[in-house]
Amino acid sequence: MIDFDDVTITYVDAAEPVLRNVSLHIPEGELCLVVGRTGSGKSTLLGAINGLVPHFTGGHLSGRVRVGGRDTRTSPPRELADVVGVVGQDPLAGFVTDTVEEELAYGMEQLGVPADVMRKRVEETLDLLGIAELRGRALRSLSGGQQQRVAIGSVLTAHPAVLVLDEPTSALDPTAAEEVLSAITRLVHDLGTTVVVAEHRLERVVQYADRILLVRPDGTVADGRPDDLLADSDVAPPIVQLGRLAGWSPLPLSVRDARRVAAPLRERLADAVPTERREPLSSNGLSLSARGVTVRYGSAVAVREVDLDLAAGEVVALMGRNGAGKSSLLWALQGSGPRQGGTVDVRGADPRLRTPREARALVGLVPQTASDLLYLETVADECRQADLEAALPAGSCALLLDRLAPGIEPGRHPRDLSEGQRLSLVLAVQILAAPDVVLLDEPTRGLDYPGKSALSTIVRGLAAEGNAVVVSTHDVEFVATVADRVVVMADGDLVADGSAGEVLAASPAFAPQVAKVLAPSPWLTVAQVAAALALVEVPS
Amino acid sequence: MFDRLPRSLHPVAWWVWALGLAAAASRTTNPLLLALILGVTCLVVAARRPDAVWALGFRYYLYMGAFVVVMRVLFRVVLGGDYGTHVLVDLPTVPLPGWAAGLQLFGPVTAESLLAGLYDGLRLATMLICLGAANSLANPKRLLKSVPSALYEVGTAVVVALSVAPQLVESVQRVRRARALRAGPRKGVGALRGIVIPVLEDALDRSRALAAAMDSRGYARTGDQPRAGRRLTGALVVGGLLGVCVGVYGLLDASTPRYLGGPMLVAGVAASAVGLRVSGSRVRRTRYRPDPWRAAELLVVACGVVAMGVSFLASSIDANNLTPSLDPLMWPQLPALAAAGVLVAALPAWLTPPPITRPGPPSGRAPAHARPEPVDVADPTGRLPEAVRR
Repeated sequence: MIDFDDVTITYVDAAEPVLRNVSLHIPEGELCLVVGRTGSGKSTLLGAINGLVPHFTGGHLSGRVRVGGRDTRTSPPRELADVVGVVGQDPLAGFVTDTVEEELAYGMEQLGVPADVMRKRVEETLDLLGIAELRGRALRSLSGGQQQRVAIGSVLTAHPAVLVLDEPTSALDPTAAEEVLSAITRLVHDLGTTVVVAEHRLERVVQYADRILLVRPDGTVADGRPDDLLADSDVAPPIVQLGRLAGWSPLPLSVRDARRVAAPLRERLADAVPTERREPLSSNGLSLSARGVTVRYGSAVAVREVDLDLAAGEVVALMGRNGAGKSSLLWALQGSGPRQGGTVDVRGADPRLRTPREARALVGLVPQTASDLLYLETVADECRQADLEAALPAGSCALLLDRLAPGIEPGRHPRDLSEGQRLSLVLAVQILAAPDVVLLDEPTRGLDYPGKSALSTIVRGLAAEGNAVVVSTHDVEFVATVADRVVVMADGDLVADGSAGEVLAASPAFAPQVAKVLAPSPWLTVAQVAAALALVEVPS
Repeated sequence: MFDRLPRSLHPVAWWVWALGLAAAASRTTNPLLLALILGVTCLVVAARRPDAVWALGFRYYLYMGAFVVVMRVLFRVVLGGDYGTHVLVDLPTVPLPGWAAGLQLFGPVTAESLLAGLYDGLRLATMLICLGAANSLANPKRLLKSVPSALYEVGTAVVVALSVAPQLVESVQRVRRARALRAGPRKGVGALRGIVIPVLEDALDRSRALAAAMDSRGYARTGDQPRAGRRLTGALVVGGLLGVCVGVYGLLDASTPRYLGGPMLVAGVAASAVGLRVSGSRVRRTRYRPDPWRAAELLVVACGVVAMGVSFLASSIDANNLTPSLDPLMWPQLPALAAAGVLVAALPAWLTPPPITRPGPPSGRAPAHARPEPVDVADPTGRLPEAVRR
C-alpha cells in the first residue's frame, strides 16, 4: 500500500537529512507504529506519506514515495485526499467547520462525493466511532477524546485506504485514549484500513501494532516486528523493560501475554517488598494548606470545596480525566487563577492576596502551554530576564538551568529547543524565585521516555531539596516512577487521596503496566522490581 | 400554505428580504413608516430566528440603532445651526475661533432641527437593524458557503478568517494569565512584547496546522481542470459581481448617471451568470445537505422585493408623505401605499416553515468569553495543546 524507495529528506537550511535512505513497504491492512526520540523525524516520515513533505513543508525529497500506486512527486496532498487521511496532533487546529456533522462532510465535499452518498457515509461514520449523539454539537465544546474521534471520522468519510495519525492520544486521559485506540483498531480489523500511527507512549499502542518503524537519530529507519525491534531499542514501554529484565522470550507486548509468562517472576518476588522511597509525612512540615478551595466559571463549578495539604519534600501526582478541574485547582493554589471561596496558606500567607512577584516566591506554576512564558530571542536572554524578575545576581538562572538540563546552548532560540529542554527552561525561570511549592501542569505531554526520565530526576531533586511538588498528568507510568502520593479529581471533587501504591494499584484505569502484570503484589515500576530482584538473587 | 416542517430557510432568501426592507427604509424619512418597518423586522426575527449562538446578536443591532438615533439628535443640539423657527430651548452660544468659521456650539434648539436629526437617525438605524435581522435569521457562515462554486475558495478563506478572532481572544487571555506567573514587566513595551509574541507564535502555528489539514483533506483540488479556463471563469464572475455592485449603487443613488444603473446591473448579472455557469459545469465539488430553494424561499424573496418596489413606486407618486415636511412643520402622515408594501414583508412571520429547535446545546461557535467554562472541555488555562512544533 505504501512504498518508500530509497527516500532521503533534507529540509531547507539543514545540514543533515532528517530521513536517510529509507526503503520500506507497508502492505494493506497493517497497523504500523512509528517510534523514535522527539525530533527524530517521525512527523517527517508521516508527512511524506501523503506528500505534505515536501509539498507543504518545503525541503528536498530524493527517492520515491508511492501510496496506493500514486507517486507523491506528481500528486500533491490535496489530490491524494481520497487515498490518505491525515489526523494531526491537535484536532482542534485542523477543524475547518464549526459543527460535527459539517466537519465529517467537509472532506467529501472537496472530493465531489454525491449528496446522497455523503449523507449515508456521515451516518455510518457517526455510528462507527460512537459519536452519533454529538452530531449537532459545536466542535469547540467537545472534550479532547471526542474531538480526536471527530477528527478521525472527518477523514474516514472520504474512505481512504490509508490513515495517518500523529500522536492521536498525546493530550488524552487514559480512558479517552482507550476510546480512540479502540476506534483505530476497529478500523484495521473491520475495514482493513492501513494505519500508520506515531506515538510516544508505546505502552498504549504497541500491543496492537503489526509492525514498528523505528526512526533512529541519524535518520535511518529500522522496520520490523514489534518484539524483534523492541528487544534492544532505547524507547521501550515498561512491559518490555520488565520482559528484558526477566529474560522473557519472545517479549510480551500486552498485559495478557505478560501475565501468562509472569508466574515464575511473581514467585521470585513473593517475599520481597517494594522499596518505599517515601518518608513519613509527619516528619515534614506542611508547605501548603488549602481549605475549601472553590473555582466557578459562571454556573459551572470547576473545583468544589477542595481541601489539600502538601508536605515539604513530597511529590504529589494530580490525576483525573480532561476537564476534571485539575488545572483550575493548580491555578487557584498559585493565586493567579480565579478562586471564589476557601483559603490557601503558604508560610502563613495567601498567595492570592499578594502581588504576583510575592506569590511566585510562595508557589511556582509551570502552565500547560509552558512556551507562553517565553518571549525573548535566545535562551540567554530569557535567563537574564529571569534574573531581573527574581532580583537575583546575573547568571543565577543560567546556572540553575545548567543543573536541570545540562548542555543547552545559550544562543539558541527557545522555540528550537526540544519539548523537554523548553520545559526545563520554563521550570528554571519559575523555580528561580525559590517557591516552597512547585506546581507542574501536564509537563509530560510531548516528552519521550528519556525526556520523562530526565523530568522525573528533576522533580525528585526538587522534592529532595524540600519543595512540595504537584504534577498534574495523565501518564500513569510517569506517576508510578515519580510520585509519593496520588490525588484523583473528578468533576471538581477530590475522589481519592493516598500513597501512589494504593491509589494506582486500586483502579484498572490508573494501574501502570507493571502493577497489572504482577498484581496482586504492589509493584509499580520496573526499577522497583529490578532492585528487589537484585536483593533476592544476591544472597542465594 | 407552504411546507410546514421545521427547517432553516436558504440564507440568500433572508438576505434579499432584509435588503429589500433596508432599501425601502432608505427611500423615506417618515418616522411612522420607519417605525412600521422596524416593527415588521422585529416581528419576523422574533418568529423565525433559530436558537443558535449566532442568532442571539439581534439585540445588539437594536442597541446600536438606538445609539445612532441618540447621536444624531445630540449632534443637532451641540452643533446647533439656525434652522427652523420653533425654538424649544435657547442655549447660550459658544463661539468657535475664526478657523472654524461657520460653526457654532449650542445656540437655540429648534423643533425642526431636532426632528431632522431624529428622522435621519431613525432611517439609518432602521437600515442597520434590517441587516442585523438578516444576520440573525440566516447563519452568516452558511451564506458564505452558498456562494457559487467559482468563489468557493474565497468563501472558505473568509469563513476560516472569521474564526480567528475568538481564537486570538482566547490566546491573549491565556498568555496574559501566564505572564502573571512570571511577574514580568506589567506595563510598557516589555509587557506588550511578552503577550504579543507568544500569541502570534501560537496563531502562526495554528494556521500552519490548519493549512496542512485543509491541504491534506482536498481543499482546492483542481482535478483535471485546465488553469486558463479557471482564470477566465474567475475573471468573469468577479467582474460581473463588481458590475452588479455598481449597478445597484446606480439604481439606489439618484445622482449617478442613468447608464450606471439598470444597464450596468444587467451586464453584471449576465457576466457573472455566464462565469458561474461555465465554472459550475466543470466543478467537481459537492455540497453536504445544501439548503433547498423552495416555495417558501421564493415567498420570502418576493416579500422583500415587493416592499422595496412599492416604496420606490410610492416615492415617485407620493413623495411628500415619504419625506414629511419640516418647513412648514407638520405631522407626518402614514403613506398608505408604502405602508401596505411594508406590511407584505411581515408575511414570512407566518407563512414560512418554523426554525429547527434542537434539543441540547445550540450549534455554532460560541465566543470564548461568553462561554461558561464547559465541564467536559479541557481546563481554562491552556486548553489548546501545543501545536505541532516540528
